[in-house]
Parts: sequence; C-alpha cells; structure tokens
Amino acid sequence: METKLKESGLDSATLLEALRKMHLIRLFEEKAESLYALGKIHGTMHLSIGQEASAVGSCLALQPDDYILSTHRGHGHCIGKGAEPKLMMAEFFGKEVGYCRGRGGSMHIADVAGGNLGANGIVAGGIPLSTGVGLSIQMQQQDKVCLTFFGDGAANEGAFHESLNLAAIWDLPVVYICENNQYGMSMSVERACAVQRIAQRAAAYDIPGMTVDGNDLFAVYGAVKAAVDRARTGDGPMLIESVTYRWRGHSKSDRQRYRSRDEVKEWMEKDPIARLEKALLSAEIVSEADLEQVANAARKTIEDSVAFAEAAADPDPASILEGVYA
Amino acid sequence: MLKQRETAGAREDSAETRELTYAQAIREALQLAMNRDERVFMLGEDIGVYGGAFGVSDGLIDQFGAERIRDTPISEAAIAGAAIGSAMTGMRPIAEIQFMDFITLSMEQLVLQGAKIRFMFGGKATVPLVLRTPAGSGTGAAAQHSESLEAWFVHVPGLKVVMPSTPYDAKGLLLAAIEDDNPVIFVEHKLLYRTKGHVPEGYYTVPLSQSDIKREGTDLSVIATSIMVPRAIEAAEILAKKGIELEVVDPRTLKPYDATIATQSVRKTGKALVVHEAPKTGGFGAEVVAELVAGDAFDYLDAPVRRLAGLDVPIPYNRELERAAVPQVEDIVREARALVEGVY
Ligand SMILES: Cc1ncc(C[n+]2csc(CCOP(=O)(O)OP(=O)(O)O)c2C)c(N)n1
Ligand SMILES: [Mg+2]
Repeated sequence: METKLKESGLDSATLLEALRKMHLIRLFEEKAESLYALGKIHGTMHLSIGQEASAVGSCLALQPDDYILSTHRGHGHCIGKGAEPKLMMAEFFGKEVGYCRGRGGSMHIADVAGGNLGANGIVAGGIPLSTGVGLSIQMQQQDKVCLTFFGDGAANEGAFHESLNLAAIWDLPVVYICENNQYGMSMSVERACAVQRIAQRAAAYDIPGMTVDGNDLFAVYGAVKAAVDRARTGDGPMLIESVTYRWRGHSKSDRQRYRSRDEVKEWMEKDPIARLEKALLSAEIVSEADLEQVANAARKTIEDSVAFAEAAADPDPASILEGVYA
Repeated sequence: MLKQRETAGAREDSAETRELTYAQAIREALQLAMNRDERVFMLGEDIGVYGGAFGVSDGLIDQFGAERIRDTPISEAAIAGAAIGSAMTGMRPIAEIQFMDFITLSMEQLVLQGAKIRFMFGGKATVPLVLRTPAGSGTGAAAQHSESLEAWFVHVPGLKVVMPSTPYDAKGLLLAAIEDDNPVIFVEHKLLYRTKGHVPEGYYTVPLSQSDIKREGTDLSVIATSIMVPRAIEAAEILAKKGIELEVVDPRTLKPYDATIATQSVRKTGKALVVHEAPKTGGFGAEVVAELVAGDAFDYLDAPVRRLAGLDVPIPYNRELERAAVPQVEDIVREARALVEGVY
C-alpha cells in the first residue's frame, strides 16, 4: 500500500481527513445501531461498516460541487461527500433540523446543497437519475461530474443496463461505482450474476470497466480519480467495481443464514481503516498518537451529534402537508 | 410430467381450528398448494434461505427445494415476466415482490402483458399467476417502502386484486387465488403478519369476490380494507361502550368487487363510512362509495357517505407524521361518531 500511497499524490492533511471520515462513518453507524437497540430510533437501517474505504476513496476524487447519488447503504457516501454528522443524526431521529426535516430517515438522507442527491430506498433507483444529472451537466456545459454508487445487486436491474447504454451513447460525465460487497441481501454475486466480474458488463456498452480492491483507499481513489478526470474532459462514462464486504447483516432483521461466520471473520481482517492506519504509520506520515487523536476527535463529533439530535425539535404535525402540491 | 394430484378441487374441511399468525396462514396455504399441485412454484427475492423479507416463506426451501422456491436476482421486471411467461405455458407461479413499492418496476409485464393476454389472444391462453406482495406503512421505512397501490391494479381490466385482513381469509383467499386461472395481485399487509386468528387445518378456499361482515352492528356500516378492518373493529368496541354499534364490512376482493354485502349492510344501517390506508384521491374507497350511491343503497341512506383514507402525501419517516398520514383507530372513532350523531 505504501507505494500506492506515494503514487496517490495525496498530502498528509488530506489523508488524515480521509481517515477521520472513515472513522466518522464507522462510529456513526455503530452509534445508530446501539440507538436502535435502545429504541431511540426506529425504522430500518443498512450499515456500511467495512466498506468505508470505498465511499471515502471515491469521494476523495471529487470537487466540492460535483454530484453524487447514493443508495440505501448510504451513510458512508454522505459523510464522504462532506455532510455534517449532526444533521444526519438529526434525520435519523426524525427531527425537523435533519437533512430531510425528519421526512426521509436513514434511507433517504440527501444533502442537496453539498452535492449529495440522496440515498435511495429503491435498488438501482439512483442510477438512471445520475444519467440525467450527467446530461444536465453536459447540456449546461458545467465543469462537473456525477458519481453514482450502487450495489452488486443493483447491477441486475434493467435500470442499470438502460442507463449505462444511454450514458455511453451520449458520452455523459458519469462515473458508475458498483460497490460489490458480495451479496444483495441474501443473494450472492455468484448466484445472481452470469459474469464473474461486474466490471465486465462495461464491455456491453463499450465503455471502460475496472475492478479494484474496495478496501484499499488508494486503489479506490486512483481508479475513481482517473475515471472522474476522464469524464470531466468529455470522454464519457466509466464503470468501476469496488470489491468490498459488509460486516453487518443486510438490515436489522437479517439472520445471515446465507454466509458463514468464518467468511465474515476473514473479511474483517481486511479492515479498511486498519489498513489505512498501517499505511500512514509505515510511511511515517503519522504517529500512533496522531492516530489516536483522529479517532478520538471523530468519536467526540459523533457523541456531539447525538446530543444535538436528541435535543432538537420534532416536526410540527400540522406541517405534514407541506411540500405536497398534488 | 407435472400433474395435479388427486386431491385437487376437493375441499378437505376440518372442524379443528387453531390460532395462526397471518404470516403462518399464508405459509400454510403455500405449502398446501405446492403439495397438491406440482405446477405451483414460487419465485422472488430472498424467498429461499432468507425466508422472505417478512419470514413468510421461512423453511419452504427445506421442504420444496431451490427449484420450486426460487431465489431471483433483484430484477422485478424479470420476476413478473418469468411468472407470466411460465403461467402461459403450463406452470402455476406464485411470484413475490418484496415490497409493494417495487411492483412499480414490474408494471409493464403485469399491466400490459399479464392482464391482457387472455383477452387479447381470444381466450387461447390463460395466465394462472398469483403475485404476492406486502403493502402499507407503520414500520418507519418511509416513502419508498410503505406504498398501498391496490387502486392502480383495480383500474386494470384483467387483474384480480385481493386484500385479506385476517389469517383465516389470508389462507383461504390465497388458495382460491392459486386455483384461479387468471392473474391475481394478492396484497398482504406488513403490520398484519404477526396478528393471530383461528385458521382451520387442511385445505379450504374463501371464494374471490365475496365480501364478509366482520362485525355486526346497526348504526353505521364501516367498509374497510386490509389493516383498516382490525382498526375498524377496535373502533367499534370503543363505540359499543357508548351505545353505538358499527357493522364492519370487509370487501376482501377489490376486483372484481361485489357490492352486494355492503349494499345490504347500508340498507340496514342507513349510513356508511369507507376506510382505507391508501391516499383518498382516486382510492378504492371512491369505487365503494359509487357502488353504494349509484345502486340499491341510495334510497336507504340517512347521511352522506364519508371516506376516511390516507392523506394525499408520501409516507413520512418521523413516527408521529407517519401515524398522522393514515387512519388510526381514534380517527375511525371520531368519524364514525360524527356520522352517527349527525355532526359532520
Ligand atoms: C427495486 C427494489 N427491489 C428490492 C429492494 C429490497 N432490497 C433493498 S436493498 C436490497 C439488496 C441490495 O443489494 P445491493 O445492490 O448489492 O446493495 P447492498 O445492500 O449489498 O449494499 C434489496 C433486495 C429494493 N429496495 N428495491
Ligand atoms: Mg451488495
């Protein structure tokens, strides 16, 4: 990883910020999980613990005014793009100050001002939208790109195929990032996909496709940066398959009968946070003490976000029809 | 070759009744149907080892194997299409769409293919398909996992629409739907899965297109669907203490809808309140009201027929807003009382 670190050209401040965001994601989700267990938040949630490098490495390749579209497993993408954890937490609590005024919850967090056009409750729901965002960027001749995240399972929806073809024939500035975490709910990629690598599907649309180690921040960053640069100069879309693993169950109700404990354990040894920390240490960019400080600061941010969210006001029930125009 | 077993068509009545949950009752119907007819199979997302998102098909893969309890990729258009195509050619598929919301991705195959084939081909082909799907809000899953879209399908000639409210009906209606040679959209409710009720053992069917009186009363007919049936019954118990007796009518099958029972009920009570969870505008309630006022109940009405339905709003995440978006027991009590007391 060390050579990739050097090749990345990322300075130490940027790397520490990336590490901080990866901690934020994990801590945010661990907190959400325990708040759910305590009955303080309700509904459903999909945790991306174990996939932090994929989200942060991808967003690292973006400019602040670039767009992302995200998925039901979207907390990481949201934090990666620069959202404020306290406003995300407030949304989780269903509070008025939350990103969606308490109307959306975990599965619909959007930070429109920050360029995050939303998590999505519908598998592959964001993929066609991102194609439209790319079209809009192209028609307005903006210097932006749109990066869209989706899972391995989403690649089996018709929407994926229709969208990639459209983006390809119109050379749209969209980067399609398939986060292959091995399963769509209980369905393994091997059972669900005829191809061995989802990136192979790029060939059907005559666009470049690439598979990267999604638990290696530098590998993800390198691939996405190249795709983003390419899209920004008008060379069209690209499909990147980021291979990773979700440590937790699909959602709160998953008994995980479709995979073994050993498999999970094996992947936990490829912890993207630990890998980044190790790379930073061995490149002598940080000391152990620095690492501790980053983790502690992230922990405090999450604690503060819970306090903020708990103290915040619920939406006024009388406002329920606001935003309904038809 | 795949053949129907001897028991087909026979009605094995059983005096014994047990308590089962709505989910268990559905599972039992699936088991019975697959045991008696080899052509019956299931396909859908995570219905195998996972047991279905709501556990309805739990264990069925062990009993019937992965060929008949067929996990699919996340491809709702293909699920609907594969079900319809196989139904046209000798199989009797039961497709599961994990949440009713995702049926939007199956619409073309269902509405433009499955619904039309029998008529369009001059009756030379049939589509004996059942599509099961859980609908409704109340789980905090917000706007894209809480839809109640039954009215869309009611509006399509060529689709039957069934919405059971009790475990007994769920089992009997599902078996009737599987026996039916036409496509049936079978709408389950997430909040009903754990509710319990008496369910006879063995094979029985509840005929499609037959409403049921779930509670007798004299002061007001409440015609309610799905989750609103138990809510209406709860409201009736509350009002009974105040001397108001509600009659609760459950259409059970929304298409083809037979208004006979609702009409008879309203002729007795003189008043009607129609309740459903789906948004009011363009909802199934409008059809119920129209059948009453345009038909034989009109002359017997002593008050305007009212509708109590979901607000015309996407389902919000916040718990209180979510509750406020659809009728609750207290809303039914309030509306029913207003109608009976003539203060509306
Ligand atoms: C159209 C649609 N079908 C099914 C679902 C239910 N569902 C939610 S997430 C999911 C699995 C998605 O798998 P994948 O795309 O690999 O993403 P992951 O959950 O692994 O991050 C399923 C089946 C849905 N939300 N939308
Ligand atoms: Mg996946």
